[in-house]
Amino acid sequence: MAILIDSKTKVICQGFTGKQGTFHSEQAIAYGTKMVGGVTPGKGGTMHLGLPVFNTAEEAVQATGATASVIYVPASYAADAILEAADAGIELVVCITEGIPILDMVKVKRALCERKTHLIGPNCPGIITPNQCKIGIMPGSIHTPGSIGIISRSGTLTYEAVHQTTCVGLGQTTCVGIGGDPVKGLNFVEVLKLFWEDSDTKGILMIGEIGGQDEQEAAEFIDHQRKKGRAKPVTTFIAGVTAPPGRRMGHAGAIASGLGDSALEKIELMKSYGIAVSKSPALLGKTMLEVMQRKDGHDTA
Amino acid sequence: MNIHEYQAKNILSGFGIPVLEGGVAYTSDEAVQVAKQISQQANPLWVVKAQIHAGGRGKAGGVLLARTLDEVKKAADKLLHKRLITHQTDPRGQEVKRIYIAQGCDIERELYLSLVLDRSLGCLTFIASASGGIDIEEVAKNHPEKIFKVAIDPIVGVQDYQARKLCFALNLEGKIAKQFHLFMKNLYDVYIDTDASLIEINPLAITKEGDLTALDAKVSFDPNALFRHPQIEVLRDEDEEDPAEREAKKYDLSYVKLDGNIGCMVNGAGLAMATMDIIQLYGAKPANFLDVGGGADQDKVKAAFKLILADPNVEAILINIFGGIMRCDIIAEGIVAAAKETNLCVPIVVRLQGTNKELGKEILSSSHLPIIAADNLEEAAIKVVKAANEVL
Repeated sequence: MAILIDSKTKVICQGFTGKQGTFHSEQAIAYGTKMVGGVTPGKGGTMHLGLPVFNTAEEAVQATGATASVIYVPASYAADAILEAADAGIELVVCITEGIPILDMVKVKRALCERKTHLIGPNCPGIITPNQCKIGIMPGSIHTPGSIGIISRSGTLTYEAVHQTTCVGLGQTTCVGIGGDPVKGLNFVEVLKLFWEDSDTKGILMIGEIGGQDEQEAAEFIDHQRKKGRAKPVTTFIAGVTAPPGRRMGHAGAIASGLGDSALEKIELMKSYGIAVSKSPALLGKTMLEVMQRKDGHDTA
Repeated sequence: MNIHEYQAKNILSGFGIPVLEGGVAYTSDEAVQVAKQISQQANPLWVVKAQIHAGGRGKAGGVLLARTLDEVKKAADKLLHKRLITHQTDPRGQEVKRIYIAQGCDIERELYLSLVLDRSLGCLTFIASASGGIDIEEVAKNHPEKIFKVAIDPIVGVQDYQARKLCFALNLEGKIAKQFHLFMKNLYDVYIDTDASLIEINPLAITKEGDLTALDAKVSFDPNALFRHPQIEVLRDEDEEDPAEREAKKYDLSYVKLDGNIGCMVNGAGLAMATMDIIQLYGAKPANFLDVGGGADQDKVKAAFKLILADPNVEAILINIFGGIMRCDIIAEGIVAAAKETNLCVPIVVRLQGTNKELGKEILSSSHLPIIAADNLEEAAIKVVKAANEVL
């Protein structure tokens, strides 16, 4: 088992015939993802990478039965693409695009709250269930099937987490890059809930950073589950201890605003709930392994 | 993107938000001309304000009062080309190149009102307090009960009951309450129509005459939305930006200058922050944040290299690349080309992982450049800190 996607998930690509859409769809097909077609307005009826191209997401869903979509359209059109996918009944929309205006995402978020669609991203690497389905831009080769669920706000730092859990022999059930934007689809808590329900996910590695309150809400959820006797081992890492306050560190959402969202404050909060925090980004795998070997998953160190 | 107070007030005023008369000047003579055009009562009063992007100008001596045109000129001379040091500037301060001359007024009360994004709710939120004119972070910390918030549903916008709620909380009634309703609605329109990322009115003053006015204004914009607001893009004041960060922007590099001795070049914002963190963990300090992004080519890597080397504090460089879309061989070629071009004078530690890492390592080792290779993040951090210490 895994969360959100597996070998049976049928995936379409929006922005299919563009440079990014083409390159990453080729990679996904090579990985074994069940790509079933794509959408490029105006190119409906043609074939691309051996798959049918449709003018609208609705046509694509009707013709292929796709339940997931990956978006590689430019930032100024991306919000529209997300809403089009949701309207077509897509259950999981993964938006890779970086640089979407925040107010566009405010509207999208409001519109999605009345639909069953899950959104991952934007500004994220995507989601992968090793050896089954890869939706996004992550290098497939570093992943190994295993027992750890990974959630992260970052791209390459997720690869680091994946690589290290592979190196220590734990492997991954599913890895979700939720993205670095301030307004986004699934947040830590929503993905944590899914991992909690997945019996194959034996431990969770959560990679946070400066800015926002997502990590705080996640810590409260983890604590609540433990108190109910439903503990799962969790290890976290919070990037940005050295980031100066008030400065945006690359990600639109990575800015410590002075209201409890600095890295040190988040780390202290995690520790106050007894959640293990990896001191170094080089020790993500090792710390996860140590926590897995403890019985209760608590950070007693 | 930040703009100056006078630019913010121009925008606000265009949306019907009350601001006092005023104008910008670049010389003291211009300041007098501007002052002459501002209507005055029997006892004239002008406020001369330094225009820099950093906050805390008042405390730093950047806001002066003048009762005669001669005093306006003196105030302007005092402020122009002075380096103003506030808690938000770097220790050297920021040079004042523009000043804003505004009508003075008698203030009855000072309130606080801002419109910001609530990230957890995913919508805009008004924050209001009766304790205006002072640092709102301090109020939030010491007296959270004095801070009031209303979240705005993006579908319906600001509702009357929400304005009423804040009026009751701030103890506003009658004419002022009516003005406040309109103020909130207009402020919301500014935010939506200009793709702002923050609007802060501190203080929002009630004058002795019983009118609301935005005495100060800070407006920032979402850089991702500037493509649809060319009239805002032109308000950018490059003098207020760090020259290195401005240069970085040209190459679409994400760069933030810090004050340490280890330069970093990393792909991905999260990994770039984590790389800075691990440098500190091993006893040194990062000289910068630098994300070369997912699609870096040779030119970008070269530009990144030059940026790092232009910082005189840099004693060693750590390049940390986890190749995904970004291929390690491309990065390696960029490093070699840049190192040959830039007369490399500090040790470089390179860690390559992911797509085509073997090819990348091969390119580096056959270049005969003094590059120290590292296999993992920990080893890379240890080696770069050691290399920097040996330079000392």
